Amino acid sequence: MILDLLAYGAFFLTMALTYAIMCLGLNVQWGQTGLFNVGIAGFVAIGAYASALLTTPETAGRIGGFGLPIAAGWFGGALVAGVVAYLIGALTIRLRADYLAIATFGVAVAVQLCVLNLEALTGGAFGIGFIPRPFAELAGNPLAFGLSNAGLLIAVVALLYMALEHLVRSPWGRVLRAIREDEAAAQALGKNPTRFRLQAFTIGGAIMGLAGAAQAHFIGFIAPDNYMPILTFQVWAMLIVGGSGNNRGAILGAVLVWGIWASSAAAVSTFFAPEQQARAASLQIVMIGVGLCLILLLRPRGILGEVRNVSRHIRKIMKSDDAELASRFLSKD
Amino acid sequence: MNPQFLVDGLIAGSMIGLGAIGITLTYSILRFANFAHGEFLSWGAYIALALSGALGFLFSALKTPVGPFSFGWSLPLAGILAILLTGMLALLLDAILFGRLRAQRGAVIIMVMASFGASLALRSVLEFIFTSKPAYYTKALQIAVNIGGGLRVTPDQMLALALTAVVVFAIHLLLTRTGIGRSMRAVSENPALAGVVGIDVRMVIRAVWIVGAGLACIAGVMAGLLVQIRPYLGHDLLLPLFAAAILGGIGSVPGAMLAGLIVGLSEAAAVQLIGAEWRAAISFVILVAVLLIRPRGLFGRQA
Repeated sequence: MILDLLAYGAFFLTMALTYAIMCLGLNVQWGQTGLFNVGIAGFVAIGAYASALLTTPETAGRIGGFGLPIAAGWFGGALVAGVVAYLIGALTIRLRADYLAIATFGVAVAVQLCVLNLEALTGGAFGIGFIPRPFAELAGNPLAFGLSNAGLLIAVVALLYMALEHLVRSPWGRVLRAIREDEAAAQALGKNPTRFRLQAFTIGGAIMGLAGAAQAHFIGFIAPDNYMPILTFQVWAMLIVGGSGNNRGAILGAVLVWGIWASSAAAVSTFFAPEQQARAASLQIVMIGVGLCLILLLRPRGILGEVRNVSRHIRKIMKSDDAELASRFLSKD
Repeated sequence: MNPQFLVDGLIAGSMIGLGAIGITLTYSILRFANFAHGEFLSWGAYIALALSGALGFLFSALKTPVGPFSFGWSLPLAGILAILLTGMLALLLDAILFGRLRAQRGAVIIMVMASFGASLALRSVLEFIFTSKPAYYTKALQIAVNIGGGLRVTPDQMLALALTAVVVFAIHLLLTRTGIGRSMRAVSENPALAGVVGIDVRMVIRAVWIVGAGLACIAGVMAGLLVQIRPYLGHDLLLPLFAAAILGGIGSVPGAMLAGLIVGLSEAAAVQLIGAEWRAAISFVILVAVLLIRPRGLFGRQA
């Protein structure tokens, strides 16, 4: 019994952490840079399908199936999603902020159509199966399999977290936030807002692609249904709840919201008759939608909120007694 | 190519155009891309369905088809009420959500995100009440009439085209010949200055919601009558709506209508040339092309 719970816990954590990766990608785009992406599901799907095509064994009647190692698939998924993000960003970032939102919405619709209709490449509505799973040799022992997958995802999220924290604190991260807060001032200091935004959008898109690849390999099977607009919405809810601009908030939000989602889904299937379940599931979405709006209205910072990062040079001054000088740097708050 | 695509394209284009007018008005006057606008189409269609069913139940004489059309008087009556109720829904949404966010003076993009959340919640409420099974206003079948040149049109479709023309003309008069229309255009040019010269900006905002949601309701009822009513009706039209609003030029009502027809005709042409499964991709292609070549659209100001 305890072993079952532990195995389920590992499964839950692994799923939640794949969402945490998406959330970290969105945090680079929205939290740090203020770029609104409504097509998360599209970028995740690109990563998942690219990785699946690279790693699955050859199949009759389907292009692709190169049988490459899983790591190559993850890398390829991130790369392809990054390239698509770069192209869309290059097209729209110089325009109004919400043009990017509309264009990314279009990406999600277009990707959904492509995976449904390019049957020779994506398997159409039936999707792609037999995607190699990490630690597949342990599959006979659910507990060991679950724990090693959870461990792998924990390592990936930890690495990503450290890399992103490093980026956030670097001069590059400070330029991003400077552009987000006051574009004209950043421009006056000689920073090109379009270029920095485009870089951030591309990195975020690539991370979402990586998340898609990781999830596809963990589940072992992908289909267009996994990448509906509801996915975009869940990731947004996770970041907003956890606290946008905060990488730890992104991870916390992902685990928390996925927990609420999974347990309410379990409640729906326990307490409702099968013919009423589709209806009850739509209430689940209403609940999350209203919740997102409420957080935007009442606590826009989320649970953790953004941590103020300043250059270590200023921090040095702050630690010294020259409080007046330090306060001049931070007078905006 | 079979010329029938002209008819299909004009019909689809009328619905897209009517919806896009609402998008372009909210965008230019309230200054955000409203992702919940598609839900006004769906809600309009379902409100009309519920009211028309209720009217038909109470007065069964209203169910008998009028003239050559497939529906009885219950649908037009329900449609008029639905336009008002959809307007009320938009005002309610503004009062509990968008108005408050405006008062907080947050970033525009917060409004976009809130509209995204609202759209999912609104759609799922419909799915909860009416389930995702398609519904119809009437079960009556219609015979298409040959209007020459190999084109066939049902009476319902002709009515929809005529109604669109009348409504667009009326909106054009409203915006160009009435006080509230002039105020709307003034706020769209410069909200601060409009406030200074004594224009009631809150009144204008209410008018924008009512006009936008009312037109969306008409488009939704038309889509429900000519195709079918589903909770995803509005969501599936959202990308064409945005493509039309941007192609027409944000803020331009004639532009939105014309661009709606262009998007509708391109979709119908693509169905014949490439295949129906790629229909939804056409709006994306148009959107990308406009952003690439002329981001301000046909009649818009600098983007």
